[in-house]
Amino acid sequence: MRNLLSIEEVDRDAMEAILDRAESFAEVGRRDIKKVPTLRGRTVVTLFYESSTRTSSSFELAAKRLSADLVSVKAAGSSVDKGESLKDTVATLSAYDPAAIVIRHPYAGAAQMVAGWTSAAVVNAGDGKHEHPSQALLDVYTLRRRLGSLEGKRIWIVGDVLHSRVARSNLIAFQRMGAEVTLCGPPTLIPRGIEELGCEVTYSLDRLEEADVVYALRMQHERMRGAFVPSLREYAANFQIDTRRLGPRQLLMHPGPVNRGVEISGEAIDSPQSLIGEQVAAGLVVRMAILYELLAGRPERPTAIGDGPAAAEAAAPTIGQPA
Amino acid sequence: MTQDKNLTDLLDVRAGQPADLVLRRATLLDPVAGIDGVHDLVIRDGRIAEIAAPGEADANGAEELDAEGLHAFPAFFDPHVHLRTPGQEHKEDVETGTRAAAAGGYCGIIAMANTSPPVDTAADITALREQARAQASVPVGFTATVTVGMKGEELTEMVELRDAGAIGFTDDGLPIRNANIMRRALQYQHLCGGQIALHEEDPDLSAGGVMHEGPVSAALGLAGWPSVAESTMIARDCALAAYEESRIHVQHLSAKESVEVVRAAKAAGVRISAEASPHHLVLTDEEVRSLDPRRFKMNPPLRHESDRQALIDALRDGTIECIATDHAPHHADEKEVPFEQAAFGVTGLETAFAALHTELVLPGVIDLGLLIERMAGGAAPFDVPRPTLAVGAEANVALCDLTAEWTVGEDGYESRSSNSWAEGRTLTGRVLVTVAAGQIAFRLRSFSLGVAP
Repeated sequence: MRNLLSIEEVDRDAMEAILDRAESFAEVGRRDIKKVPTLRGRTVVTLFYESSTRTSSSFELAAKRLSADLVSVKAAGSSVDKGESLKDTVATLSAYDPAAIVIRHPYAGAAQMVAGWTSAAVVNAGDGKHEHPSQALLDVYTLRRRLGSLEGKRIWIVGDVLHSRVARSNLIAFQRMGAEVTLCGPPTLIPRGIEELGCEVTYSLDRLEEADVVYALRMQHERMRGAFVPSLREYAANFQIDTRRLGPRQLLMHPGPVNRGVEISGEAIDSPQSLIGEQVAAGLVVRMAILYELLAGRPERPTAIGDGPAAAEAAAPTIGQPA
Repeated sequence: MTQDKNLTDLLDVRAGQPADLVLRRATLLDPVAGIDGVHDLVIRDGRIAEIAAPGEADANGAEELDAEGLHAFPAFFDPHVHLRTPGQEHKEDVETGTRAAAAGGYCGIIAMANTSPPVDTAADITALREQARAQASVPVGFTATVTVGMKGEELTEMVELRDAGAIGFTDDGLPIRNANIMRRALQYQHLCGGQIALHEEDPDLSAGGVMHEGPVSAALGLAGWPSVAESTMIARDCALAAYEESRIHVQHLSAKESVEVVRAAKAAGVRISAEASPHHLVLTDEEVRSLDPRRFKMNPPLRHESDRQALIDALRDGTIECIATDHAPHHADEKEVPFEQAAFGVTGLETAFAALHTELVLPGVIDLGLLIERMAGGAAPFDVPRPTLAVGAEANVALCDLTAEWTVGEDGYESRSSNSWAEGRTLTGRVLVTVAAGQIAFRLRSFSLGVAP
């Protein structure tokens, strides 16, 4: 795997490999010294054009736990504010010869374009409403730990599907791992034609008890133009996941950040069925595994000075030894 | 169309030497004039002088081209081109745009008015016509906007614009949102004359849309521009045109719903003409999966295969009478950005004939005669005489090699911009020589001009 641009291009075996790798990093995380030297001397750039807490912090920590040098660029406060184009920003950052660029951007296809402009491995940390592959991987990881396997499980993704890159990536990933997916939300927030991706679509929570897992989506006020629902109150009345609707054997997930009292009730968030905290923890180890898969197997290019094969060998991946 | 009318009666071109040319043993095809067969085509002093038996014409000192195995058609007419002048000459100008047209076999084009600033005064029209007389390889007609500054609020001085030589009116690039302004323009047409060409898009329904709404937009997470945003607006304007007994030309039809509306309006006697673009006739929204805005982002967007089929049917039955490229050059900087941020539009003049020949004629979807008829069908809606091979007419001829294969973009473009939807495609059929308004407007460099035996 050269880049992680969309979950679409990751087959089931590759997904399993990343998840297995993440398990081993979870073991590292239980040690006193949680750092391994795998990416020592290599540079990871995170380039975030949109605000983020979980994704940016977990990618940054993942890079540090792997001993990489980290450069974090946020659009606000950078030359992007001065009108620099994406292409020029990437060319600038590529001058540092990074091993990986992790990018979040408000528009679909941005990560794919960046991959065409740089020799670094590119990780899509969310491109517009298109894809969020690392989120899908961490959600599959979380479910696999809890359920053993997703085979035959029924997963309902509930809420604002239209504006959700998480819904798109997770739909693909869950199906690829053998789950049956139902999308549920008000008709104005379900994109026309999405059922051609092989999922079921329903506009009501009436049959929610069928679900093994309920994945609630964030109401994305920031991406909405125009009135998609009459009011958040009416939305909540019809689609909020609360402890009355959520059965005791059903698992609850959410990509965060949660609008408490809108898509999920406070009680449901804090209920024992909620995996929301586990999802965040999974984010770190899965993102370590992603960086590992992309970079560790890929020998550093010889520099102009010519490091020779010995240097390449020294940089070869090792796991399990504290740095 | 009478043969004493010339393109240059209405359009402007750089004055040059009238052509004296004999095309020996060319396969002539002009379905409208009923000309079909191998002949010598004699062009003298810029007019079609004679259609003679193969090898029999008296050259009389004229240049002779060995056209055996080559086809000569009435040159093409494009009613929808963006020359980007004034204001955006980094994308295209009158010289490069008309060179691109000549290379595509066109003998005439109509330039859109959504320049920067828009063409909305008589002085603008006068200046552009002067520019065309200095720089244009093929005759150009300039449109003016329907509303001042394309703001959709007040009508331009349409009579004065017509007097200055505006070929017609259009706010292309934007719809005329206000139905009452649209109605007034149609009323005023009875005074000023001139076609009103319409970019049909309900901006509320299409708001934010960057591609066709359907399973592909759902999968990509891109905001959809639904077909009904086009068809409902066309239906509104058909009703208004019928009510005011005015005439309208609907630009770049893209959706099957729109085809149905136009077909019904024509059957009801509404004075309406319609065009379709080569990219809508060849491509579908599946291409957008590549997220490549340079080739696949345009307005209206590429639609579903069923829409493409409906457009082809409409081309066959005459619901759509002409092919228009909507040639929309953009600088690389405006296209090397994520899909949603990129400018709408692709270039098309240099590839239209070859692409449609390759994708529709060779597989047997439509026949060559129909393509030739539709490629020049854009003249009549703007009251421009249809290019013809008939003896006595002004010479407007495209000489083509229907077997030549070429890869689009390999040798660059005549256009200043390279955002061709067909870039990288291997096409069959190439324009070798274009005669426009009686002058040789284009010769393919590699086409050797040996004197015929």
